[in-house]
Amino acid sequence: MVERYVMSIDQGTMSTRCILFDHQGRLVSVGQREHEQYFAKPGWAEHDPTEIWSHLRRAVVPRALEGAGIRPEQIAAIGIANQRETTVVWDRRTGVPVGHAITWQDTRTSGYVEELRRTTGDDFFLERCGLSPTTYFSAPRLRWLFDHVDGLRERAERGEVLFGTMESWLIWNLTGGPDGGLHLTDATNASRTMLMNIRSLSWDDELLAYFDVPRAMLPEIRSSAECYGMARALLPDVPICAALGDQQAALFGQTCFAPGEAKCTYGTGSFLLVNTGTELVRSRHGLLTTVGYKVGDEPPVYALEGPIAVTGSLVQWFRDRLGLIHSAPEIETLARGVEDNGGCYIVPAFSGLFAPHWRSDARGVIVGLTSYITKGHLARAVLEATGWQTREVVDSMNADSPRPLRQLKVDGGMTSNNLLMQFLADVLDMPVVRPMVSETVSLGAAYAAGLASGYWPDLEGLRRNWHRAAQWMPTMDPARRDAEYESWQRAVERSLGWARS
Amino acid sequence: MAGPVQSIERAAAILRLLAQGSGRLSLGEVAASLGLAKGTAHGILRTLQSVDFVEQDKATGKYQLGAALLHLGTSYLDINELRSRSINWTDALAARSGEAVRLGVPLEGKVLIVHHVFRPDDTFQTLDVGSLLPLHASALGKILLAYGATPLEPLMETDLESYTRHTLDSPQRLSRALAEIRDTGWAFAAQEMMMGEADIAAPIRGQGGLVVGAVGISGAVDRLSDSKGRPHASLVGLTRDAARAISRDLGAGRW
Ligand SMILES: Nc1ncnc2c1ncn2[C@@H]1O[C@H](COP(=O)(O)OP(=O)(O)OP(=O)(O)O)[C@@H](O)[C@H]1O
Ligand SMILES: [Mg+2]
Repeated sequence: MVERYVMSIDQGTMSTRCILFDHQGRLVSVGQREHEQYFAKPGWAEHDPTEIWSHLRRAVVPRALEGAGIRPEQIAAIGIANQRETTVVWDRRTGVPVGHAITWQDTRTSGYVEELRRTTGDDFFLERCGLSPTTYFSAPRLRWLFDHVDGLRERAERGEVLFGTMESWLIWNLTGGPDGGLHLTDATNASRTMLMNIRSLSWDDELLAYFDVPRAMLPEIRSSAECYGMARALLPDVPICAALGDQQAALFGQTCFAPGEAKCTYGTGSFLLVNTGTELVRSRHGLLTTVGYKVGDEPPVYALEGPIAVTGSLVQWFRDRLGLIHSAPEIETLARGVEDNGGCYIVPAFSGLFAPHWRSDARGVIVGLTSYITKGHLARAVLEATGWQTREVVDSMNADSPRPLRQLKVDGGMTSNNLLMQFLADVLDMPVVRPMVSETVSLGAAYAAGLASGYWPDLEGLRRNWHRAAQWMPTMDPARRDAEYESWQRAVERSLGWARS
Repeated sequence: MAGPVQSIERAAAILRLLAQGSGRLSLGEVAASLGLAKGTAHGILRTLQSVDFVEQDKATGKYQLGAALLHLGTSYLDINELRSRSINWTDALAARSGEAVRLGVPLEGKVLIVHHVFRPDDTFQTLDVGSLLPLHASALGKILLAYGATPLEPLMETDLESYTRHTLDSPQRLSRALAEIRDTGWAFAAQEMMMGEADIAAPIRGQGGLVVGAVGISGAVDRLSDSKGRPHASLVGLTRDAARAISRDLGAGRW
């Protein structure tokens, strides 16, 4: 019998990956390609959707197939995970995007968002979509486009242009584009737009009216795991059976299927999510309520989320903008050259601070500089920033949840950094555990697709595939931990209020 | 015997040229100085750039000597980068073989463990990244010796420490074993360091095919080998596949 595989497509902030997994959930091959980051003005961050689709078609998927030496017929199902909140609008007839995609890191809407909060207040939004307005979510961006692109609102009204996040854009193209492409999204992605009602999982009339978004341009909201239709371009006749926001996909890939189970994914930013079951939990400590996943006709599973905007991208900045290292992993080599941070702290509030602070007026600071500080100390401070930002979110999580975290499951590119993982265990004072697949975003999309297509029978079977690949135990002296945390918090205070709008 | 390779001579001349004077030259200047066609000079410069022997200034387009030349002789691949680039394949190797995976590079006459993936049975295990193994008594170490990733001579001059009765403790036995490894492309060490334990390893190649490290699985000798003491072919195959996948990602080309 010919072996069959599940394909995942992970459309991320920095790159797009395609990974094939076998029946035991083991990685078989990878295709990956980075795309251009457009920073046209301070605070702006865009991608070219056409470039991303063309990379997927020309390089990413072909490479994965070639690496495994298989044909499209051997793919049981495709699952898609994607960078969330990133906003794409395109012409339904030609398939041409209206400008670039405006990404989740883009803060151009900060003035508008502040006005919303001042005039309308958070409660109106919290009640309907579970989110307070920030520049992070899609709806303010859509509004920005209407206000800046002539005639766009009218074209949207007439159904001539379509809106979507990245998974919608890719699925539409994969299923035929202008020629009958399916226009859909899943509940996890829709839960980040500020347009979906968090209870009914449908577009909310009052929110649509508030943001003045015509229904005609919106994708249909579907389950995260169900077969939507067949691909036509690129992978003819392979069913597309899952779509999830990347962080929810990682929750699924870490098999956090029971309430209280949590994971943190370390990529461009870092995102801690805890499963709260079918119950909607409101945070009182700066976390978001979001859809975790929705499998077929089953009720949705919700999650509490603490997003951290800048973690891996700080390492990237250290590499590309400061030029102190050649590759991201080299930061560990540099950091190990010194004993400690030498009293130096970096708060990477590049686009304000996300959870738990939610301060768009914060900007990055480096404090504690003396003539003693070397690039090694700076490298330490870069890595420690990820540790302390996680600590803040874990503290909020524990304050909100009746079940305190006892260990942290981690995944993503930064987990190959042993110094950082040890530091994380030290500052959290709990074991940090990495599973045998660190591309957990991709694995989760594959799991959801494999589940919907019958490639895998049930959640329990998936759980049995999870194995511990590495574990770090806390060893830091408690007094030192407390003193360092206090210094970090003082550094954070200094970052607040720097930007004047 | 074949004569000298012209393109290598030209590459050497370009490097000498860049090492002189201010060291920043345009393509036209390089070509003119050496009497080469621009296309020829460009091809050589691009190749030198791809192995980091030459760098091109983004703004001016001028060429200069690359950072890698300064580090010739020291390991050019950062060990943390090696771990990062291997992680997908070492995870898959552990999952497929059911055994713990380690990645080793040479350090001062020992094998330095730079990456460790637990045996996938969820029992309590501790990371041993940073620990050192003897070169002559582990499959990882024998790979490094066999492929010249670390010099063999120092070992040949001293007494080889005997850990068990299976340790290859004479220079003759070790040399024979290394020759065999070069023939087969993989190494096996059964109870050579500790009774009951074995490991299987294969070479990781970087750019140009240079061996920069070794990857292997380790575990109980009865799990890794058959009743005749030979390692299971399937485990050898999985280890070599992982080593090839990592090498491909490091740019080793046809390996
Ligand atoms: N060894 C390392 N130490 C520190 N940071 C690292 C290391 N390796 C990778 N990174 C950082 O991790 C990030 C890459 O991780 P990963 O591949 O998981 O992210 P990503 O999936 O590309 O992000 P996104 O999904 O947002 O595109 C980069 O920002 C990089 O700087
Ligand atoms: Mg990602």
